[in-house]
Amino acid sequence: MENLPLLVPLVILAPALGAIVNFFVGSKLEEKWSGYIGCFASLFAFVISLVLLTYVTGTDGAAAVVNPPFVDGWLRIESIGLEIPWQLRVDSLSVTMMLVVTGVGSLIHLYARGYMHGDKWYPRFFAYLNMFLAFMLVLVTANNFLMLFVGWEGVGLCSFLLIGFWWDKKMPEGWKNSNAARKAFIINRVGDFGLLLAMFLLFWTFGTLDFYRPAELPNTEAKYLVNWREHNGLLEHKADEDHGDEAAGDDHDKSYKCVPAATDAHHEADDHADDAHGAANPLANDKRAIYCDNHHIDTALLGVFGQTIDRFGTGETVDFNGFQMAFDDVIFLIALFMLLGVAGKSAQIPLFVWLPDAMAGPTPVSALIHAATMVTAGVYILVRSNVFLWELNHAGYIIGLIITLVGSGTALVAGYIALGQWDIKRVLAYSTISQLGFMVAAVGIGAYVAAMFHLVTHAVFKALLFLGSGSVIHGVEHGRHHANGHGHGHDDDHGDDFDPQDMRNMGGLRKRMPITYITYLIGTLALAGIFPFAGFWSKDEILADAWYEGFQLNELQGFIAFGVLLFAAVFTAFYMWRQVVLVFFDDARSEAAEHAPESNGAMLLPLIILAIFTIIIGLINVPNATPVFSSIYETYEFKHFLEHSLLSVSRGHVLDFNLLIAGIALALGIASILAAHNIYKGKGLASDRRDQLETHASSRAAFRVANARLYWDEIYSSLIEQPFNRLAGFLADRVDWDFLHNYFHDQIIKRGFDQIAHWLTHPIDLGIVDGTVNGVGKFVQRAANWMRGLQTGYVRMYAVIIFIGVIAVILVMLWPFIQALLQSGG
Amino acid sequence: MMSSIGTEPYIMLSLVLFLMGALGVLMRRNAILVFMSVELMLNSANLALVAFAQQWQQINGHAFVFFVMTVAAAEVAVGLALIVNIFRERQSINLDDLQQMHG
Repeated sequence: MENLPLLVPLVILAPALGAIVNFFVGSKLEEKWSGYIGCFASLFAFVISLVLLTYVTGTDGAAAVVNPPFVDGWLRIESIGLEIPWQLRVDSLSVTMMLVVTGVGSLIHLYARGYMHGDKWYPRFFAYLNMFLAFMLVLVTANNFLMLFVGWEGVGLCSFLLIGFWWDKKMPEGWKNSNAARKAFIINRVGDFGLLLAMFLLFWTFGTLDFYRPAELPNTEAKYLVNWREHNGLLEHKADEDHGDEAAGDDHDKSYKCVPAATDAHHEADDHADDAHGAANPLANDKRAIYCDNHHIDTALLGVFGQTIDRFGTGETVDFNGFQMAFDDVIFLIALFMLLGVAGKSAQIPLFVWLPDAMAGPTPVSALIHAATMVTAGVYILVRSNVFLWELNHAGYIIGLIITLVGSGTALVAGYIALGQWDIKRVLAYSTISQLGFMVAAVGIGAYVAAMFHLVTHAVFKALLFLGSGSVIHGVEHGRHHANGHGHGHDDDHGDDFDPQDMRNMGGLRKRMPITYITYLIGTLALAGIFPFAGFWSKDEILADAWYEGFQLNELQGFIAFGVLLFAAVFTAFYMWRQVVLVFFDDARSEAAEHAPESNGAMLLPLIILAIFTIIIGLINVPNATPVFSSIYETYEFKHFLEHSLLSVSRGHVLDFNLLIAGIALALGIASILAAHNIYKGKGLASDRRDQLETHASSRAAFRVANARLYWDEIYSSLIEQPFNRLAGFLADRVDWDFLHNYFHDQIIKRGFDQIAHWLTHPIDLGIVDGTVNGVGKFVQRAANWMRGLQTGYVRMYAVIIFIGVIAVILVMLWPFIQALLQSGG
Repeated sequence: MMSSIGTEPYIMLSLVLFLMGALGVLMRRNAILVFMSVELMLNSANLALVAFAQQWQQINGHAFVFFVMTVAAAEVAVGLALIVNIFRERQSINLDDLQQMHG
């Protein structure tokens, strides 16, 4: 049992292998086999995830860190003490994410076999999907921020590749697709920049990027095992024990207790202990007790979260080469930078604009990457970093408020924009942004479990909705081909501007596509938060936590989250029902919709499975004291599962079921659906294909603003893009062309060069160098010419010269005697 | 008998012969005559060598003379062959006509 986590590398390896096989030999395989490989790799990873789930549940939430072979000491820079091991973490949080990624991913792989049938790049599609899974699993199994970042960037790359998968379509559309891919990639760079800065600060502050060190794992039997069982349950929010009894805003509410919750005897003692906690760092010892097995470890040897628990609130400072900053402030800064990364990846304000455009990718991609898994990575990283957020909130930093504002603002804005969209996938895209806003807001109010719960349920029902919309689009496209009387395939181009994703071209599909209709309806009701579907439970938990945070703990973010999210939930129900009516009810508004066939089994099977899960998945976390349900199901099962990975599951997570809040939310949701039903049912579109809302003077402006996406893209265009283009234009025309090219290059450099070259050419090269060489040549030539004249060719002449020479030699030899003769003679 | 004559007359004779040869080489245009003049100079040198060998009672001078005579014979063989061929070529052995190799 304790060796089961050793299987975790397979979770990554299986899809990675599938990707490699499909990428390199996929084109030589039959389409069928290519799809089998992709689906098998994904299903295999899912099975391993299930095995890991049995491990985590079977060991009462024990976490394991696995060092896979061959990649030990993955990144090591000794000069700065950087050593980042490639460690995989198996705990309840990562297993939850693994199950979501591989479970939903497998169904989407199965679906894609049908949806992508006949595409010329079928193997490449599965290679990318598998590669995405591999990177996503690296992201969620990482035990340090750098590995997480590898996965984070990897899924970003796969997202880019898959959004632009149909870049080679005919001109306006192919251009649109590749632009959408680039937009997603570039906007994500902004977020990744934030995450990188957060990582730099983390490394500078902690000297490590590990979440938790293997040394923090006290279980000596298996080297890499940790058992946190004792820790959790120690930590109870005081208000949780007596919530409802005390007036809101009690100071005690914000302190934590580290006593075994079950022991009543300790409660009294702890109340006293609470009073003593007024000191500068009253929690240091208690906090240490959370990791009681780690008492023997030095602070410096802990991972970032363990160190934060030890060092936060002690008043120490971090030295940035002379610039001092309080440790707590550094953590605040890290959290803010991290939030920027989250805003990019999870499509929050202000960086959400890429996600609607990302719908240019094939629908399975939208379902897998841009609804169920990748975009939730931001929520995952926030929940993973709950230690930071908890400590900051606890110390009075406004990080919770900021995150709540971002999340709930996104939920509201995206929900509003979704009201006015015509593209079936765009509505779902804005809905996804809105629901991600719910999750982020839940993190903001400290409701980490609720955020993860909503992440799980949302992954299921939003994948269902996207796959359903894919089925609808597929059907409408086929209906159009049928109406036009020729073959089928995504690549066909008809030359007209018929948009198979435009809801104005749909209608009446209920009869044509019954299974798609029923599953879509289930997904819609789940998203709208209608009892008893999954969305009801998770959304209700977020709202209940927000209510508790606001009305019980008197925290500002609680009020904001509760009010705004309730409003956003109303929007959710409205736009979803509008969509259902426009797509499925009434009569067909185009010939294509009239002939739309039901999709094939490969596409319907995942829809049915997801629909079943949409109905039941909410029951994994039934609140306490829910009428009927809590007597059937174990309550807060998901919470008890997740708490092994969270520092704090307090802040209202052990709430009883609140009938009032559930009732309000449900009533608003149903009212909203009824309103949408009244407005759209039976009337379809107004004259000249306008929306019903647009025809009424009272709602016309509101609809048009929503339809124009709040002018958000236009604002970015005028605030960022156009100034950027103008700056780029200025730099290109004035600075680069006029100054650098025309003046600096042409005038200064070129002329100077010319002059130097001229000078070097004429006096130096032609004058001195050539002159020397030619002069030697000419001298030799002249000398030779002159001496040639000596060679007369007359033999007797030579003989004379020889005689003269002989006489000269004789004279030289006799010179001393001649000299002596002359002297004696003189 | 020989010794009573002494070396000087031989040297004088040798000098005269040499000068005659040298003048013949310088002044004659006929290749055969020039050739003969060269032989004359060689023989004057032989005479001087033999005379000094006699004076110093050394055999070296005699040895040299034999070599010179051998070389002269070889030279005659080659030289005459050249002259015959030159004559056949241009019907003349005038040295002043043979100046194609002028610079």
